[in-house]
Amino acid sequence: MTTPRVVVTGLGIAAPNGLGTEEYWAATRAGKTGISRITRFDPAQYPAKLAGEVPGFSAADHLPSRLLAQTDHMTRLALVATDWALEDAGVDPKALPEYSMGVVTASSSGGFEFGQGELQKLWSQGSQHVSAYQSFAWFYAVNSGQISIRNGMKGPSGVVVSDQAGGLDALAQARRQIRKGTALIVSGSIDASICPWGWVAQLAGGRLSTSEAADRAYLPFDEAAAGHVPGEGGAILILEDEQAALARGAEVYGEIAGYGATFDPAPGSGREPGLRKAIEVALADAGVDASDVDVVFADAAAVPELDRIEAEAINAVFGPQGVPVTAPKTMTGRLYSGAAPLDVATALLAIREGLIPATTHVEPDPGHDLDLVCGQPRTSDLRTALILARGHGGFNAALVVRAA
Amino acid sequence: MSGRRVVITGVGVTAPGGVGSGNFWNLLSEGRTATRGITFFDSSQFRSRVAAEADFDPEEHGLSTQEIRRMDRAAQMAVVTAREAVADSGLDLTALDPYRTGVTIGSAVGATMGLDEEYRVVSDSGRLDLVDHTYAVPHLYNYLVPSSFSAEVAWAVGAEGPATVVSTGCTSGLDSVGHAVELIREGSTDVMVAGASDAPISPITLACFDAIKATTPRNDDPEHASRPFDGTRNGFVLGEGSAVFVLEELESARRRGAHIYAEIAGYASRCNAFHMTGLRPDGTEMAEAITVALDEARMNGDAIDYINAHGSGTKQNDRHETAAFKKSLGDHAYRTPVSSIKSMVGHSLGAIGSIEIAASVLAMKHNVVPPTANLHTPDPECDLDYVPLTAREHRTDAVLTVGSGFGGFQSAMVLARPERSLA
Repeated sequence: MTTPRVVVTGLGIAAPNGLGTEEYWAATRAGKTGISRITRFDPAQYPAKLAGEVPGFSAADHLPSRLLAQTDHMTRLALVATDWALEDAGVDPKALPEYSMGVVTASSSGGFEFGQGELQKLWSQGSQHVSAYQSFAWFYAVNSGQISIRNGMKGPSGVVVSDQAGGLDALAQARRQIRKGTALIVSGSIDASICPWGWVAQLAGGRLSTSEAADRAYLPFDEAAAGHVPGEGGAILILEDEQAALARGAEVYGEIAGYGATFDPAPGSGREPGLRKAIEVALADAGVDASDVDVVFADAAAVPELDRIEAEAINAVFGPQGVPVTAPKTMTGRLYSGAAPLDVATALLAIREGLIPATTHVEPDPGHDLDLVCGQPRTSDLRTALILARGHGGFNAALVVRAA
Repeated sequence: MSGRRVVITGVGVTAPGGVGSGNFWNLLSEGRTATRGITFFDSSQFRSRVAAEADFDPEEHGLSTQEIRRMDRAAQMAVVTAREAVADSGLDLTALDPYRTGVTIGSAVGATMGLDEEYRVVSDSGRLDLVDHTYAVPHLYNYLVPSSFSAEVAWAVGAEGPATVVSTGCTSGLDSVGHAVELIREGSTDVMVAGASDAPISPITLACFDAIKATTPRNDDPEHASRPFDGTRNGFVLGEGSAVFVLEELESARRRGAHIYAEIAGYASRCNAFHMTGLRPDGTEMAEAITVALDEARMNGDAIDYINAHGSGTKQNDRHETAAFKKSLGDHAYRTPVSSIKSMVGHSLGAIGSIEIAASVLAMKHNVVPPTANLHTPDPECDLDYVPLTAREHRTDAVLTVGSGFGGFQSAMVLARPERSLA
């Protein structure tokens, strides 16, 4: 029995530099940033003041009011991105058998802004003021649940939480379910916790840039790297069994060809971090050699030590300057579990157009010895891309996508 | 790698009524309940003031002062419980390729206790909209993103393979283990430390469930407040705890002469695509999950000796799953003992699915089916054999355990002895 190939047939993007695939890709090609001073609350009192906020999103234009009352901002984005992804794939879920479709998303912090509002009511007004919706608007499973309900999807579903690596873990789990026989899985992630409570929790992680200049704040692989700018959003992808997709005449973006995940050794063990191994597992899983990979989308932590670890892992596999590396997330900020699905979507768009989007504003530190695509996008014949994602605490994930 | 079968070779449990799988089994087999009036904080403002609290002291179980400080209670329980599971398995993980050992921990609500406490501080008890970061603890990020639970467990056991938290609400504890089984079967890992942990007994969780009247207001009789399948039930009792397992591929477990508790023979999860909290009474999607799990196990429904029910003690749940058992198992549902350990240890949200797997494999070990405590007046619409009040000696070679939760998730797992004949 041959393992069925799993392909991406639809994209739904909500990114700080563009809402919708067309707007996002145009902005990304042009090097347009979505990072600016926070508008969702007044950040004046906090050491970090910049974020990537999704512009121009009016949930009421897309969703019924009963859903608005019970959902966090990130769930609304996820529901709308799912609608777009299904439309892009040419799929009408109502017309498909309900058990043949599932939903596998990643989350990092759930509906945290909604949670802040209800915690405030609890502690300032009393428990009887807490919303009946709090029981599910905050928890991590909310997006998979709401997407399945809105679209009548009853097949195998799930939710993974592995900080920023989770976005790739979700796509891998979606692929697993398709290989086991489910025809279509809605996957990816939309994340957001740009509210004061989420901001304070992110600040506690100690990795946020305190720069107030949008073009100097998030500089991975630069000698001036000093933390990241957080963002919100991500991408929802429609994954299908290739045969089923071709049978219905779907347009295919590319194949989810390989995946590997590891966890870093305990601090102080002296053992090598796990990213290199994750890359090697993903390449072997895809059946490709390092020389087959045309571009790497880096995790791009912009913390000097973490940049060094990533550069060393890439160089260990591909050799110094051995493969073009890029981090278009310099235009969006780090989107937590939404980041990697957006990178996968970007990689698929890059393959389609033969264009590697640039890492903006970065002057690469020669010490990393990476062929970082900076300044202008680079025209290149692309067939195979590797996407990397790491989560706080030591989660490493690598995913290979390949032209259809 | 097809054909790889996955078995449980180590069990750890931290549950209300006692730390350790021995204490846990004693509670269940004696039919005692661990539900009580809440002692963790002043709960007088809440509608439901009953919970199943675990008497868990992290220091007593070897966690350092710094570990205790940086971990939410649920993470503390996960680490202690994982260590018990690894010790029980007799496996020396340090002698194995660390990349081939993975971790999955299920949790529905993550670091709710830690977040609730820290929010209160940084907001000055809700007075500040713009909460004050200068009062935030450094480990607040680990509360924000509960994948920290799996990170802590991975460090504790020395795993460097795939690690994640599975968070599908109240089926997390089944789905986490189901996910781990898939990783071993496909060949991504050889060993998984898999389970779940939740410590949700905090003011915000109580307020949530008060708001939808999901938890029982039987405050004057806390020891008998969790009453699944009883006609007088009126909501679930919140609990906390953790169960973690060591999972291995069958042949390698046999080669090293490991004690095998059970094979995880089948697992499936489906969604009802209906409502975030509501259930339709027909149980269709849970029945579908059960049917698929049995198919995967290559077993007929008739082979099931015991059903470990979700049995939360809400009217809609008890009827929903009773219908699901009948739909999937037919007449055999009437002949099979069904029980809910939530009657004794409460409902620990994302953790309970794993705790119920532990109850299921211990039932197989002892050939004793745990009872449904507090079941005196059966709901006439729930007409199966729910093993009221006292445990029953019963040959138990195969168990079906199920879960149902917010978001519409319905999961089913079949546990069986690996030496059974395959249909």
